Amino acid sequence: MLPHDPLPRILYIDLSRRRFWVAERPDLFEDGLGGAGVAIRLLEEECPPGADPLGPENPVILAVGPLVGLFPMASKTVAMFQSPHTGNLGESHAGGRSAVAIRMAGYGAIILRGASPTPVYVVVEDDSVYFRDASALWGLRSSATVGRVIRERERGAGVRTIMRIGRAGERGVTYACVVTETYRHFGRLGLGAVFGSKKLKALVVSGRRALPVADRRAYREAYDAIFQAATDSPLMQKYHELGTAMNVLPLDAIGALPTRNLRSGRFEGAEAISGENLARNYLGRRVACAHCPVACIHLAALRIPYPNDPYFYKTVMVGYDHEPIYAVGSMLGIADVAGMLQVLDEVEAVGLDVMSAGVVLAWATEAMERGLISLKETDGLTLTWGDWETYIRAVGRIVDPPNDFYQALGRGVEHAASLYGGADFALAFGGNEMPGYHTGPACHLTYLTGARHSHLDSAGYSLDQRAAAKGEALTPEGVAETLLEEERWRQVLASLVVCFFARGVYTPEIVQRALAVAGILRSADDLARIGAETLTRKHAFKTREGFDPAQLRIPRRILETPSPLGRLEENFLRQAIVRFFMGTEANGQ
Amino acid sequence: MAKRLSVIDVDRCVGCQSCMFACARRLGEGGLAGACIGVRSAGGIRRGFVVVVCRACPDPPCARVCPTDALLLRPPGGVRLRADLCIGCGNCAEACPFGAVFWDRAQNKPQICVYCGYCARYCPYEVLALEDLTPPPSIRGRDGEAAGGGVRKEAPHAPP
Ligand code: SF4
Ligand code: SF4
Repeated sequence: MLPHDPLPRILYIDLSRRRFWVAERPDLFEDGLGGAGVAIRLLEEECPPGADPLGPENPVILAVGPLVGLFPMASKTVAMFQSPHTGNLGESHAGGRSAVAIRMAGYGAIILRGASPTPVYVVVEDDSVYFRDASALWGLRSSATVGRVIRERERGAGVRTIMRIGRAGERGVTYACVVTETYRHFGRLGLGAVFGSKKLKALVVSGRRALPVADRRAYREAYDAIFQAATDSPLMQKYHELGTAMNVLPLDAIGALPTRNLRSGRFEGAEAISGENLARNYLGRRVACAHCPVACIHLAALRIPYPNDPYFYKTVMVGYDHEPIYAVGSMLGIADVAGMLQVLDEVEAVGLDVMSAGVVLAWATEAMERGLISLKETDGLTLTWGDWETYIRAVGRIVDPPNDFYQALGRGVEHAASLYGGADFALAFGGNEMPGYHTGPACHLTYLTGARHSHLDSAGYSLDQRAAAKGEALTPEGVAETLLEEERWRQVLASLVVCFFARGVYTPEIVQRALAVAGILRSADDLARIGAETLTRKHAFKTREGFDPAQLRIPRRILETPSPLGRLEENFLRQAIVRFFMGTEANGQ
Repeated sequence: MAKRLSVIDVDRCVGCQSCMFACARRLGEGGLAGACIGVRSAGGIRRGFVVVVCRACPDPPCARVCPTDALLLRPPGGVRLRADLCIGCGNCAEACPFGAVFWDRAQNKPQICVYCGYCARYCPYEVLALEDLTPPPSIRGRDGEAAGGGVRKEAPHAPP
């Protein structure tokens, strides 16, 4: 690392005492690079065993990495915390301006400790930290308003991040998210509820630092190589044109688009909610994360008439991606695009993780059909596939629960099914609700074995699709090994911190070259070792907190609904799980 | 021929900051401290972006308010900083209605676009372009057409 690089500086913010200080920790960044590699080490230091996820002892770690602020698509912040949703490792990544802003303010990581007695928002401007009263912002109907108010009051326009929560986070819904720059999220595993438990309404960070490089010429050359590769790549072009919503139609075509609580892998409304249709009829703007030329963020412009006022309209801009479309589109049987976008807008306003919210509502709809719950539980709402207006009301009730049932829904589908039954069709893995792929065994193995139970941990969906395309047969051992290798390499990317969409650009050679510009010399073997060790540490943390792979629940529904690779076998999945976790223990040191 | 940086179509801007990082990299640095171009949202990202950069005014207000004449006029428009004369008072930054006079905090001096066009080479969406600055604009203050405020520009200063 170069002498004047601010990366090893860690900003500690104690919300209980309203104090802050900076510590230099080059050791952590030497060993873990940054991002996930540093965050897990800080979590080990900061999080006591068995910490109450909503207690003041639960820390929030926000970490960036050496390539942020130097190279394009190094645009992500890694958040780590104890998850109120799973009661175990919480890890969530977000872009927007979050990573660049933290790095430009002069930090490699920010740690939030303790809890404020009253609502507060915190502003970090370079070396200063301000604690501002947020009692007037508490309870605001929409997370967008929170952003607007803070935007107008604080400095740093253009180079700041405004991370904020909605009412779901205030109320402790365990899958509440943190919204940043209006359209990006620390979505999964409940960081929003942790902010809420700390009475932290928002965190604003801004700065405009210079970063040193080892060699100016090498810097420009490496930059140009990466920039070229990114802007020339056909995949990046697609991310720009249609965004991740490009996946909807191909997944539907092979029967892998989870529909109506995964009773089917095909949705008759797929065309309507496809990226193509949205781009043709609704796309209003494309937006990028800071320092990313790809601009994959797609905003739909939705014109909504006021029911009783002729010629009176409002236009809302709603962000969309494959996962939100799956979660509140096909999963809820909503083919009315305008309706789907309004559900998304509501979920955004209250600040819920849209993926969990959609799966929770899908489970509730099926539970109602099967008579496990009645109008008494749903507070008079008849949940019906496709009825988006009723789903919007149900979202409101999850945030302001009128009864025990909605209280239970606010803790996720695993918990709700433990009280009301219907576990066979409660689509959660390791306690986290299902992502939008039913491509074969590998995608589900990613959900089951991934350290965050996220489809992005090891991307089994792409392994399934490759196997289908080549007509190859998957074996439990083969899948386990491929996923393990992928998840380890992704720890490296998540430590730099590079967007996973840029993984094709950031090959091990390019990563070494870019790191050398930052004065960090690592061999390919070093990188592999760092990736493996980071994953091992995450698993050690999870084991400490009670995670046991043998206890992983496999929802029956994924075995019943055929995938493009045929019906899934529980035995296959169990064998692969065993093999995967043998691997994390054996080779991770 | 004198050049200036022009914001051709701000509606194509995605807010990626590639231009800002390029401007800093022109000096061989990472980060954003050196950037003489700024991109921010137009009151929330849903409304799009504003690109702030020096528009090379023919009669620049920044130069007029400089007590030491450290900002030299560059005909037919724009300024050059004579750092040795600058006392870091900040008048120029206040005088620019676009906020296009950025501040070098390390030196406590203004940093203003030098019309090199390096940033435009990295704009993936053709928002920016370097253009010739002749003949001189005949009407002073037709700001509505031009770059700084991020207003869409219909080819001002077109060659004859
Ligand atoms: S033209 Fe040159 S100096 Fe001006 S903003 Fe672009 S890169 Fe910076
Ligand atoms: S590089 Fe182009 S698209 Fe990106 S922020 Fe600058 S002007 Fe906008």
